[in-house]
Amino acid sequence: MATVHVDGKSYQMKAEENLLHGCLSAGLNLPYFCWHPALGSVGACRQCAVKQFKDEHDTQGKIVMACMTPAADGTHIGIHDPEAVAFRAAIIEGLMLNHPHDCPVCDEGGECHLQDMTVMTGHAYRRYEFDKRTFRNQDLGPLVNHEMNRCIQCYRCVRYYRDYAGGHDLNAFASRNTVFFGRHTDGVLENEFSGNLVEICPTGVFTDKTLKRHYTRKWDQQFAPSICVHCGLGCNTDVGEHTGTVRRIVNRYNHDVNGYFLCDRGRFGYEFTNSEHRIREPLHKGKVVSAETARQQLRDAAASRKTIGIGSPRASLESNFALRTLVGPDRFYSGIADSEASLVELTIDILRRGAVRTPTLHEVEECDAVFVLGEDVTNIAPRMALALRQSVRQQPIEIAKKLNIPLWMDHGVRDAIQDRKGPLYLATPYATRLEEIATASWHAAPDDIARLGFAVAHALDSHAPSPGNGDFPLATEIARALKSARKPLIISGPSCQSEAIIQAAANVAMSIGAMLSFTAPECNSVGATLMGAKPLSAAFRAIEDGEADTLIILENDLYRRAPRPDVGALFKATAQVIVLDHLVNPTSDKAELVVSSGTFAESDGTFISSEGRAQRFFQAFVPSGAIQESWRWLGQDSWKNLDDVLAAMATALPHMASVHDAAPSAKFRIAGAKIPRSPHRASGRTAVLANINVSEPKPADDPDSPLAFSMEGTTDHPPGSLIPFVWSPGWNSIQATNTYQKEIGGPLCGGDPGVRMFEPAPSRDRSYFNGIPSAFQPREDEWLLIPMHYIFGSDELSLSAPGIAELTATPHVAVKAGDFMEGEKLDVRCGNDTVRLPVRVLTDLPRGVAGLPAGLPPLAGCDLPAWGKIVRIA
Amino acid sequence: MTSVAEKPLTQNMRPDGSAMDLGAYEQAGGYQAMRKVLHGGMTAKAVTNEVKEANLRGRGGAGFPTGVKWSFVPLGQDVPNPTYLVCNADEMEPGTFKDRLLMEQDPHQLIEGMIVSSFAIEADVAYIFLRGEYVLAAERLSRAIAEAYDAHYLGKNILGSDYSLELYLHLSGGRYMCGEETGLLNALEGKRANPRSKPPYPPVVGLFGKPTVVNNVETLCCVPHIINHGAAWFHALSLTQDSGTKLFGASGKVKRPGLWELPMGTTIREILEVHAGGMRDGVKFRGLLPGGVSTDFVTAEHLDTPMDFTAMEKIGSRLGTGTMIVLDDQTCPVGMTWNMMDFFARESCGWCTPCWSGLGWVERILKSMEDGRGQPGDLEKLASQAKMWGPGATFCALAPGAAEALESAMKHFRDDFERHIRDKRCPWR
Amino acid sequence: MLSTEEISEIEMEAAHYPTRQAVCIDALKIVQRHRGWVSDESLHDIAAHLGMSATDLDSVATFYNLIFRKPVGRHVIMICDSVSCWMLGYDRMREYLCKRLGIGLGETTPDNRFTLLPIVCLGCCDRAPAMMVNDDLHTNLDSQKIDRTLETYQ
Repeated sequence: MATVHVDGKSYQMKAEENLLHGCLSAGLNLPYFCWHPALGSVGACRQCAVKQFKDEHDTQGKIVMACMTPAADGTHIGIHDPEAVAFRAAIIEGLMLNHPHDCPVCDEGGECHLQDMTVMTGHAYRRYEFDKRTFRNQDLGPLVNHEMNRCIQCYRCVRYYRDYAGGHDLNAFASRNTVFFGRHTDGVLENEFSGNLVEICPTGVFTDKTLKRHYTRKWDQQFAPSICVHCGLGCNTDVGEHTGTVRRIVNRYNHDVNGYFLCDRGRFGYEFTNSEHRIREPLHKGKVVSAETARQQLRDAAASRKTIGIGSPRASLESNFALRTLVGPDRFYSGIADSEASLVELTIDILRRGAVRTPTLHEVEECDAVFVLGEDVTNIAPRMALALRQSVRQQPIEIAKKLNIPLWMDHGVRDAIQDRKGPLYLATPYATRLEEIATASWHAAPDDIARLGFAVAHALDSHAPSPGNGDFPLATEIARALKSARKPLIISGPSCQSEAIIQAAANVAMSIGAMLSFTAPECNSVGATLMGAKPLSAAFRAIEDGEADTLIILENDLYRRAPRPDVGALFKATAQVIVLDHLVNPTSDKAELVVSSGTFAESDGTFISSEGRAQRFFQAFVPSGAIQESWRWLGQDSWKNLDDVLAAMATALPHMASVHDAAPSAKFRIAGAKIPRSPHRASGRTAVLANINVSEPKPADDPDSPLAFSMEGTTDHPPGSLIPFVWSPGWNSIQATNTYQKEIGGPLCGGDPGVRMFEPAPSRDRSYFNGIPSAFQPREDEWLLIPMHYIFGSDELSLSAPGIAELTATPHVAVKAGDFMEGEKLDVRCGNDTVRLPVRVLTDLPRGVAGLPAGLPPLAGCDLPAWGKIVRIA
Repeated sequence: MTSVAEKPLTQNMRPDGSAMDLGAYEQAGGYQAMRKVLHGGMTAKAVTNEVKEANLRGRGGAGFPTGVKWSFVPLGQDVPNPTYLVCNADEMEPGTFKDRLLMEQDPHQLIEGMIVSSFAIEADVAYIFLRGEYVLAAERLSRAIAEAYDAHYLGKNILGSDYSLELYLHLSGGRYMCGEETGLLNALEGKRANPRSKPPYPPVVGLFGKPTVVNNVETLCCVPHIINHGAAWFHALSLTQDSGTKLFGASGKVKRPGLWELPMGTTIREILEVHAGGMRDGVKFRGLLPGGVSTDFVTAEHLDTPMDFTAMEKIGSRLGTGTMIVLDDQTCPVGMTWNMMDFFARESCGWCTPCWSGLGWVERILKSMEDGRGQPGDLEKLASQAKMWGPGATFCALAPGAAEALESAMKHFRDDFERHIRDKRCPWR
Repeated sequence: MLSTEEISEIEMEAAHYPTRQAVCIDALKIVQRHRGWVSDESLHDIAAHLGMSATDLDSVATFYNLIFRKPVGRHVIMICDSVSCWMLGYDRMREYLCKRLGIGLGETTPDNRFTLLPIVCLGCCDRAPAMMVNDDLHTNLDSQKIDRTLETYQ
């Protein structure tokens, strides 16, 4: 630690950091623009100017940029030095020269970093009397809006988009005071993390286009801390709502998980909550019935011994548990297809063995050699792909360290390391986005990918089984890279639907004690699986055999779990189908009773992520209609609130007892006060409802959490798992996150949210898996159909968000070049289901393998991989 | 036999403006320095020491001691290679035209200078970064480089020694910022010519991340002569402690605008009145910028100041490039200042706020003053903007250069500025 | 599509650098020399050849004065408007050129013969005022010299 004197007071700062980081961490208000904790310093904007003195006697000093000056021991600076104060105000004046008077109509207003810094510096009066430069805006697609006149040329957007996220279609054009940030031409931003631009941009150039369509000021929104439901990683979010519509998602900082960034599916997929296809009232045989009627029907159904329940990997632990309790553990079935369920179980077993550690997403960034077996990370666990783009910098950064370049000096480091990247090896059935940064990649059928994995494990430890014959030229290279790394990491998962791949990955990790990450298909795949349930196929059999005649299906479209003919037969044989869900879907269409289930924004609950992190999400608002959490619909009369459910779950499922501690109970208070969901400037709480009733209603009660449906409550910062929005005096924008961290860019004060369920254990069963498959043999007249994952398209719920839907590919079948022609229509037969699809040609698919978009109807329920026929239409 | 020349830089220049080919250059005594270092057993360090001893200071405008700059480059087997030498031939400082002469009329002198300098820093590859508009220089340098390769003065194992050097000519895309050392490196890497922060310095992290030295054309041209005749000789050429000769120039309404190689330390008056012939008939002297637009105005009281690095700093100006721009009494100082600020504003790269924002504002204010729309308070705005371009305030030296011109103009010609505002017109129009 | 000539010229320059991006400015100028200016199509062709995105290449192209991203006439006049030329008659020379050609700065004559652009200091201040037409430097300008000079560019 270094002692740094600021305006005569001494502070302890990290000597390896810069002065801006140190001052902000010490709670000192120093304005800045171009610096960002995840992007480092470049010294462009000149906003963080301070006076540096030679010693305590020097009264003259010189202006330096805090972000570019190391926090060296014995440094003397003045933030309040009059010259520095005047300089910083003049920088704002310089930025304001061309800045339009857009605040009243600008989406950023109220959470604008430029507004905050302007107020902070005290600049208030316009002296500039000439014309302002203007630009033509670009259409960048349905997710991110472009308004260039507001630009302050801080370069954050291109540094994030190109340097951090690896994008190629956003850059700076022209020069002097007319720099334009955009694409070469209009067009959808190609990078899957483009949405973070709306938080990276300190002003209103890049804003949330989905929010724009139903705009509300930040201060008027009602928020809750939530967890993303669109993949298995469990990124932390804050949901913003106003008058019954979910307005937008913002990143909620969690140092261990998502840090400062989300993917576009997670940021913009929320609009399914506002869809016109929402189920808002219980329906019996198509007619609206009262909540009490629906509840009674559920009770009646539960009373029968022939009623079974099917859970869901996208429903909360509490909802799954409520159904399980209602029908009894003997009649509770998994909502995941058998093949996938057994794979998720396998990943959980491996991690629970304790022989290897599964890293946090943050730790993935710090790994310096990575081997990916089977997973198309960008499309399946997108935020992890962003972390991998940082991991490939770890080994090259050693060069900068040797040259004594501080790691926060971003351009100095990048100039020193040039294009170098650390080892990243990918083995996937088809080319994936990360190949542009990979050391080497190999495309093969799933069994061959597994064999490569086994070969690498054997190369690392001769006790590990070997695939024997077979040519794996990369195996030695991969083994060498992993062995010589400080923090090697293996990534795999169930996406290829291959048990062997998962086992091979485990072997590699165990052979050298590397860390091991498994992806999970959905937001609670791990949680639902950990809970335990009978196989889904057994539910089909039970109905078929007549053992059961009533189905209660929780938040699950079975047409995504099994082939269409099978599901059709199931429903035909079921006397009464009861469905609880958010959106109308093919399964709910078959239901006699459809119950209106709350989405993540309308519910409290817990998910367990692929890391095995149990995280709580909270209700942002009270929805209209009869919408409630599924666990409330299904819950026991004795369960009054979330805490009751959690207590019951901890008792019934002791191996998951720690889930209880993912967040404080509903009794938690800060100095006796609840935590408000709305900022204290929320306006019009009487007026918005005056058309219904002119008397202001009592704020809704929240028995489930320490949050209040109000702007009244504590002004203190809540603990990490309970942060609905970030705010601090003078910090209205997302940059207020600084004030919640112990040190900028580090863990949250009080710890980061979530409870890890899987840790390395002393028992350490390190026995290797032996089931090595034989080499893939293509067949003469059939193709091996494998799932191909799409960030826009493979996730069920986000498909109902208009922006995501616009970017989703239409259903197709992907084949190798030479087999068929692009666009040709073919009949694809999988099992006893046939579908007509256009061809998409991919040069890198292995011979004999064809790809179907995962999760896209109409073949969503097909059990892949499977041998199928592809036939030209006669 | 070489005669010790008083004007080493221009000794080979012919009245018809043609350039010597390699044969003629050698006959006139060229490529001796190259032979001396490759065959005479001078180590790289020895060459650097000689140049340090000679007190050669950079002639691109900044005046940094060349030998000292070279000594920052790590030498030896373990240095990440290649090491680069880059010749900054991107002469774009308004009022400056000296490097053009050297490259057009004695290209081999530059090449020899680069070979010797590359040897001193154990460079493997050298580039000449030439501004794209200097077409004739490009043709002549290309030809000279080809001749040098043919003679095995470039390429592998020069003259059978174990020193190898590749030398490439690059023509710029055209921006003033390419003349800034680190902006040049970015341009050479095929990027926008934004500057880089220092540290890390180019000898540590330079071109493509490797150790690099950037030197001006004129600086490099001095090197062969220093090696041939020694540091003491180089000192003796000058009139003051800043050694060597210098290409001095004058433009504006003088009788004989031009370029002259003279001892370092020649007075301003001598250059102006003796070599440039004084002011044209009908105009009177008001002031001059001694070394390009990024220097402070010098007025009549300081005409006897020696033109060298040290003396010029003492009077509150700078030697800069040594080519002076002379202001006469028939030219409006406000208009001249506007023209210079317009140059800086247009050439700002757009990286740091005080420069890209402030220069544009200052240009507008000066234009409105020239057009008779000046407002009370304009001078205060100009002054406060110039203060924003002080040391440490901006990212590179472009705006601080503009500050020198602007602040000194307002100091020396304040009455003229005030008249524009008071009379709501430019008195010279 | 880049011509074989353009490609071979580009690759000759590319051999001087360790990265593909480094030759992009040379490549832009080479293509411009062949085609007069760099159109969007040319930009895409160069970008593809170098393995850069069009956005990244355009980011570089739009930064530099000598790369034309709009069509130009057969002959490009670049008239220096920096301080020494300005003091020695730039305004008069510019007015004369504009009047003679019937266009303003940044414009092209209707017959596509000349484009008139301003340029910063050409580095021949002792022979001011000056201009370049294509690769040729013309100094010590007056209206007659301008007339004579323009004649030689058909």
